[in-house]
Amino acid sequence: MSTTFWIIIAGAIATYLTRIGGHLVISRFDTIHPRVEAGLNAVPAAVLTTLVAPELLNAGAAEWAALVVTAVVSLRGGLMAMFLAGAAVLILARQFVG
Amino acid sequence: MATDAISESGDRSDFWQGVRLSMPVVVASAPFAVLFGALAVDNGFSVLEAFLMSALVYGGASQMVGIQLFGQHVAPWLIVLSIFAVNFRHVLYSAGIGRRIAHWPVISQALGYFILTDPQFAVAEARAQSGQTVGFAWYLGLGLPVYLFWIVESALGALFGKLIPDTHALGIDFLLPIYFLGLVLGFRKRPLWLPVVIASAAASIIAYKTVGSPWHVSIGAVAGVLLAVILPPHHSGVKARP
Repeated sequence: MSTTFWIIIAGAIATYLTRIGGHLVISRFDTIHPRVEAGLNAVPAAVLTTLVAPELLNAGAAEWAALVVTAVVSLRGGLMAMFLAGAAVLILARQFVG
Repeated sequence: MATDAISESGDRSDFWQGVRLSMPVVVASAPFAVLFGALAVDNGFSVLEAFLMSALVYGGASQMVGIQLFGQHVAPWLIVLSIFAVNFRHVLYSAGIGRRIAHWPVISQALGYFILTDPQFAVAEARAQSGQTVGFAWYLGLGLPVYLFWIVESALGALFGKLIPDTHALGIDFLLPIYFLGLVLGFRKRPLWLPVVIASAAASIIAYKTVGSPWHVSIGAVAGVLLAVILPPHHSGVKARP
């Protein structure tokens, strides 16, 4: 077997450990402390924000326009509507702003 | 018999409900799958290896980082460590989603964790928040199309990657931030949402500038979660239980 193959296998195992690890740790406790529960409830906003925020550093006019439209549409529409609206604005704006 | 039939058709409609929700994810991740396949071959992977990495690791950003380092002939253990670092945020997802799927059989749970990606976690959490059960059929409906498209498109990218036109004009590099922003906003009714978002955004930007990628994700996430832990429970809307 090639080195590449073993890198893929080890990478896959490492990744699966991250996907099951948090659960294995938490499930060892019978009750969850309210503060831990508050922390877990904060996970979606906390992690997903870190995937967006640094992108703002390099965002130009087209990217900002797309994000603002996405935010406005998300107040009313569903996930699909806001995604398509944001993507449409981005592609359109890039034809002009570059 | 009658109840079996009812629960079976309920499972089936749950599955298709999940499939519908998976469509934006399929669209947003498609360019990255193709791009990954193309870059993988460019960096010395075979088509089969590119396919295998998508099928077994199944984590876009970590796969990109992995092949990048592979192309630079970095030591194998360092490549694996980098994949681990990029995927470390899943530890938090795993701790969070475990509460929602604890009622599944163990095998289903093991499979569920395997396909626990960013959108998979966020959409499942949103469903749990709305008071609905996160069932296995629904979860699979949400995750399976994304997985299947991901591995097939990776292979296609590896085979035909050199044919990709101007990716910038098509907005491909910015589709995921748009999608993730929508997911973040979807949680805006949660207690402490705004303070958590501000803390995570600030910490991740500072870490991005100082420590560098991919650690800014884990550092930013921990900042937001810690804030929610530290603030007194009456702010976080979680009631102390006896």
